[in-house]
Amino acid sequence: MQAVLSEDQMQFKQVIARFFDTHSTMPAVRRLSETETGFDPVVWSELSETLGLPGTHLPEEYGGHGFGPTELGIILEEMGRTLYCGPFFSSAVMAGYALACFGDEAAKIEKLPQIAAGTTRATLVLDDLNHPSKVGRLIKANQAGVLTGTAPIVLDGGSAQAFLIVAREPAGLGLFELSPTSPGVEITLQESIDMTRKIARLTLQSAPGLRLGSVTEQGLYQFWDLISVALAHEMIGGAARLLNDTVEYTKGRYQFGRPIGSFQALKHRCADLLMSLEFAKAATHHAGFCLAAGEETTIYPSMAKAMAADCFMDMARAAIQLRGGIGFTWEDDTHLWFKRAKCDEVLLGAPYQQRARMMDILQEAQDVA
Amino acid sequence: MTEALEAFRLETRDWLRANCPPGARGPGEIHSGSTKLSFQPDTIAWLESMADRGWTVPMWPEAYGGAGLTLEQTQVLYQEMQAIDARLPLVNMGTRMLGPTLLEYGSESQKLRHLPLIARGGAAWCQGYSEPGAGSDLAGLTTKAVLSGDQFVIHGQKIWTSGAQNADWMFCLVRTDPEAPKHQGISFVLLPMDQPGVTVKPIRLISGSSPFCETFLDGAIAEKSDLVGRLNEGWAIGKRLLQHERSGQGGLGPAPARSRPVGVTIDLEMPEVLNRYATDPAQKASQRDAVIRWQMRSRAFQLTQARMGQEVRDGKTPGAATSMFKLYGASLAQDKQSLTAELMGTQGIGWEAAGFTEEEIGATRSWLASRAVTIYGGTNEVQANIIAKRVLGLPD
Repeated sequence: MQAVLSEDQMQFKQVIARFFDTHSTMPAVRRLSETETGFDPVVWSELSETLGLPGTHLPEEYGGHGFGPTELGIILEEMGRTLYCGPFFSSAVMAGYALACFGDEAAKIEKLPQIAAGTTRATLVLDDLNHPSKVGRLIKANQAGVLTGTAPIVLDGGSAQAFLIVAREPAGLGLFELSPTSPGVEITLQESIDMTRKIARLTLQSAPGLRLGSVTEQGLYQFWDLISVALAHEMIGGAARLLNDTVEYTKGRYQFGRPIGSFQALKHRCADLLMSLEFAKAATHHAGFCLAAGEETTIYPSMAKAMAADCFMDMARAAIQLRGGIGFTWEDDTHLWFKRAKCDEVLLGAPYQQRARMMDILQEAQDVA
Repeated sequence: MTEALEAFRLETRDWLRANCPPGARGPGEIHSGSTKLSFQPDTIAWLESMADRGWTVPMWPEAYGGAGLTLEQTQVLYQEMQAIDARLPLVNMGTRMLGPTLLEYGSESQKLRHLPLIARGGAAWCQGYSEPGAGSDLAGLTTKAVLSGDQFVIHGQKIWTSGAQNADWMFCLVRTDPEAPKHQGISFVLLPMDQPGVTVKPIRLISGSSPFCETFLDGAIAEKSDLVGRLNEGWAIGKRLLQHERSGQGGLGPAPARSRPVGVTIDLEMPEVLNRYATDPAQKASQRDAVIRWQMRSRAFQLTQARMGQEVRDGKTPGAATSMFKLYGASLAQDKQSLTAELMGTQGIGWEAAGFTEEEIGATRSWLASRAVTIYGGTNEVQANIIAKRVLGLPD
C-alpha cells in the first residue's frame, strides 16, 4: 500500500496546480458565481482537450486514461484549493463513475468516451444525496423505462447536456439516461448558498428513459465510496488554502501595535487547525490509496469524508473568526469558502452519517473475526 | 523486497525463535538497564543475547554496541519480534534519548565510554532538565556548575526527573555562564548518580505512583571530560535531545507497535470497552459515536505517522513536526483514558475496593496518570507555540 504520492504523481500535481492557479483565480470565481450556468466553457474545453482531465479515472477501453482515485484526488484537491467553478464533479466524477460502475457494456462503449473527453457534460441524478440507502425512494421507473418522480437537488442540473438517473424499478434499481429536452422533464433552477456550485430541481412526469444498466445495493455503496473520497480531496484542498490564507492574514493584520498572529490565542488555534488538516489529509490520501489498491468496504472512505468535512468546516469558521469584521462581509472572499464547506459537508452524507457507517463496518469486522 | 533483506529476515526469524526465552514474550517486564533493580532471569538472558548481537540498539554503529542495521533491516527485526510476541530487550532514556544525541554531538571518547554501556543495558539514565523555577521556560534554569580543575561542581535542584531513584547516570543542563543571555550560558553535562552530592526524593503523583523525583545537587561532580559539546553551547544539544524524546513519545521512528505509547496503536480496545459497558440499547448510539470519533483520530494519527515515517526514511530528520506528534499523541492518549472512564460510569471511581475489578482499578489509575501526558516533555501549549512559530511561521 502506498503511503505517500509517487514522483510522477507529485509532478502531475504541479501541472494541475499551475492550470487552476491560472484559470480559477478569485476574480474568475466571483464572476462565474454570479452567472446562471456557473462555469466558463473555454476553461472547460481547455481542461478537457488540452489536459484530458475528465477521463483521468475512467477505463482506457472507454476513452479514459485508466488512472485511479489518487490521480483524480489530486485534481479535486487543486480544484478545491482554487474553488474551481464547473461541472467536473457532476459530470466526470459522478456521472462518469456511475456509468463505469453500473452501465452495460454497450452503454459504456457508446456514452463513456464523451464524458471522458468532456464533450458531453452529463450529471448524475440521485433522488437523495445524503445516504445510499435512501436512493430510489422518489424516482420510479416502470417496465418500459418511463420515469416519474422528483430529485430535489441535481448538481449542475441547469447546464447539463445529459442526465443519468438512478431510479427504482419493479425489481431493484436501474440506471437510465434522459435528455434535458425529453418530454416530461422539468428543470427548475435552485439557489444554493454555495454560489460556486449550481443546483437544480428535476421533476419527471412519465419521461421516457433509456435503460443503461443495473444498480446493485453493494455496487451503490462502492460507487458512493468512490465519489465520497473524491469529494474529500476537494475539501482538504479548500481547507489547506483557507489555512494558508488565514495564517498570512494574521501576519499582516496589526492591532495593539503588533501582528495579531503573534497573540498566543490565535497561534494555538492555527496550530490546532494545522493538525486537523494534516490528519484529514492523511485519512483522505489513505482512502484513495485503499480504493486504488482495490480494497472494498473499509472504514476509510467514510472516515475521509467525515474528517475532511469537519476539518474544512472548522477551517472556514476560523477563517471568518480570525479575520474579524471583514470576515463576515460579502466583499471578502471568505464567505464563498464557508458556503462551499457547508455544502460539501452534507453532500453525500454528513459526518455523523459517515461515523455511523464506520462503526457498522468495524463491528461487522469484529463479529466476523 | 530484495533477496538480501529476505535472507536477513529468515536468519533473524530463526535466531529469534531459538533465543527469545518464554519469559520475554507477551506482556511483562522490560529491562531498564538499571543496576539498582533486580530483573527476572529471562529478562536478563534476553537482554544479554540481544546485546551480544547489537540488537538492543540495532541502528547504532557496531563500534558503539549497535549492529549497524539499516532502517529496513531494523523494521524486519521488529516485525519478526512482533511475530513471536517478543518484548523489547531494553528501554530507557539512554537508548532513546541520550544515545542518539551523543551519536550526533559526543566526542569519540565519550561515545566509546558511554554508548556500549548503554547498549549492553549496564546503566540507566535520567534527565536533569526541569527545575522548580524552570518548567516550560526551560532556558531559565539556574542550577549552577563551576569548573574547578578537571571537574564541574554543581549546585541546584532538578525536578520531574523520571526514574531518578533507579538511575545510574544523569544527563543534565547546567548554567555555566550566569552573565550571558539565558540561552547562551547553558552547558550539557553527564554525571553519575551515586555520589555524595546527589540526593533523590520521589514525588507521589495523582495516581498514587511515584515515577518522578526531585533531585538535589549539592556539590555534585561531573568530570570535565563529560561535558558534551562546547562550554556554554549546551542549549542546542539539549533541544535536539527533546526532539528525540518527542519523536519517541509520538511513535516516530522504527519500533515494535507494542512499545509505542498508550493510545497510539490500540484500536480494538475501545470496542471491547463498548461491549462491556455499552449494554443499554437506548444509550448505545451516543456511546458508539463517542468511540468512533476517538477511533478516527487515532487512525488518522497512525496514517500521518506512517507518512512522516516515510519522509524520515527519505532523508529528512524529525524536526518541528515532532511537536505535532507529541501534542496530538498526548491528547489522544488522554482522551482515550477519559472516554474509557466515562463509559465505565460508577465502576470507574474505585481506588482500591472489593466492588471493582483489577482491570477497572487499573483503568481508573491510568486515567488519573494520563493527566501528566499533556504536560511532561513540554506541555501541549508549549508544543502549540513551537508549531505556530516553526511550521506556520507566525511571529513572536
